[in-house]
Amino acid sequence: MFELINTLLIGITAGSIYSLMAISIVLVWRSTRVVNFAAGGLALASSFVGAAILEKTGSFWIALPLAMVAGAIFSAFIEYFFLRPLLKRSGDQGAEIFLPIIATLGLLGIIKTILNYIYGDRIGALPPPLPDKGFVVSGESIALSPMRLLILGIVLLLMISLTLIFQRTNLGLSLRASSFAPEISRLAGIRVDFIRTVGWAISGAAGATAGILQTTNGSGSVSPESFEFSLLLVFGFVAAVIGGIESLVGAVLGGLTLGIILAIILMYVGGSLVFIAAFLILILVLLLRPQGIIGAKGGRRA
Amino acid sequence: MLRIDNLTVDHGAIRALHGVSFNVEKGQLAAVIGANGAGKTTLLRTLSGLNKASEGQAHWNDHNILHSKPEKLVRHGITHVCEGKSVIPELTVSENLELGSLWRRNRSESAQSKREVLELFPRLGERLSQRADSLSGGERQMLALGRSIMSKPELLLLDEPSLGLAPLVIEQIFQAIRDLTTAKGLTVILVEQNAMGALKIADVGIVLNLGSIAASGSAAALKDDPAVRAAYLGF
Repeated sequence: MFELINTLLIGITAGSIYSLMAISIVLVWRSTRVVNFAAGGLALASSFVGAAILEKTGSFWIALPLAMVAGAIFSAFIEYFFLRPLLKRSGDQGAEIFLPIIATLGLLGIIKTILNYIYGDRIGALPPPLPDKGFVVSGESIALSPMRLLILGIVLLLMISLTLIFQRTNLGLSLRASSFAPEISRLAGIRVDFIRTVGWAISGAAGATAGILQTTNGSGSVSPESFEFSLLLVFGFVAAVIGGIESLVGAVLGGLTLGIILAIILMYVGGSLVFIAAFLILILVLLLRPQGIIGAKGGRRA
Repeated sequence: MLRIDNLTVDHGAIRALHGVSFNVEKGQLAAVIGANGAGKTTLLRTLSGLNKASEGQAHWNDHNILHSKPEKLVRHGITHVCEGKSVIPELTVSENLELGSLWRRNRSESAQSKREVLELFPRLGERLSQRADSLSGGERQMLALGRSIMSKPELLLLDEPSLGLAPLVIEQIFQAIRDLTTAKGLTVILVEQNAMGALKIADVGIVLNLGSIAASGSAAALKDDPAVRAAYLGF
């Protein structure tokens, strides 16, 4: 019984981090119809920023928000100076479906190369700011530690803030309208180009948080060739697709589902199968319910 | 006043508008009629900044309006309602309306505009929190018109508001357009396939044929012109 509860706790914590990464991917997809593989690189770069600030100030509570700001700036920068001109020039030449995919894949490589050039073999340390030794319940130590509780709290806080921004503010209405119907939004006076950059910025901040939490929950340090970040990117994508790629709620549900299933497989089947299992889940979802958990009945929208 | 001189628009190799010139006085409702492919929609899309003009000029209140983005032209009083009940189905009725007034950044004025819209179309008021895709075709057209009013337009560009609506609903929509024009002193360009209905409520009419102006004049005169009737009104 303890074992099952512990597995669920581990799965929910990891899943909540995948949810953040999925949100980062969904936000960019909704605002510009770009599949953003560079999200993994942006999260990595922001985590290095976080590690550098942590080294200088010694405070996780300063490092996390500043890394989020850095992630937002990196992401907005890439949208404004790289993808926007690229998409404007591509037009309707048949390649416009592949163009953003190739472009963001290339960006991922470029970001990693730059980080490699700057950091080389050095790593950025992001140790857990709170004890990660589990609470003791009736004599047994459970998988819920102060650190895990903090991760869940941060993710919950971000999700509540995002929901409030999207549902209750004028900015949120502009973001939703611009993603559903850019032309109508322009005609209603919305500065759609600017709103898209804002969408990328929020995505960058979510990705930065995912990166930092993934590191503190995992090895405690980032390196340019970090395997943890490759997993984060892949699991973020799988979670986004499970959730229906269009929906923020779907991204959260997708992340939690994936986290729990992977934790169960890790505990009861074997660690070497986790990666394969993630893709198996992805394929099953695409076969059985291609629109995702939260998705329009008419199937996936282009 | 809207002044259009020698407006020419190309879609790739195809010339959609060819040297079109006409004026519309402030407060007038101008009906633009003509067959499919005559360039009516292109005309509106060029005036609202969605399409690029190849040649010519267009001035609204002495501002050159070509080569500006739609979101900027809205701020100069030009609002365009696209063909086919242009609402955002995923948003609620209320959100669709509010969208039109976000750029004004003035809550009290926006609320005032919303009250006016709901007075004009009380049916929208009963459905404020419903998603726009739950509305009927006529209600969606009302919503699209309502959103344009929320943008506080001076020049309203309407593309086929009657498209796909029942005759009785068309009559209501046309009447609403006429009332709005008079009550708010709007200048309106109404593009329509339903030529007879449009000319009935319009002050002036412009007949487009294959990208050029084939006839123009007062709406009443056009309606009774035997040549126009035979060629474009179908009787």
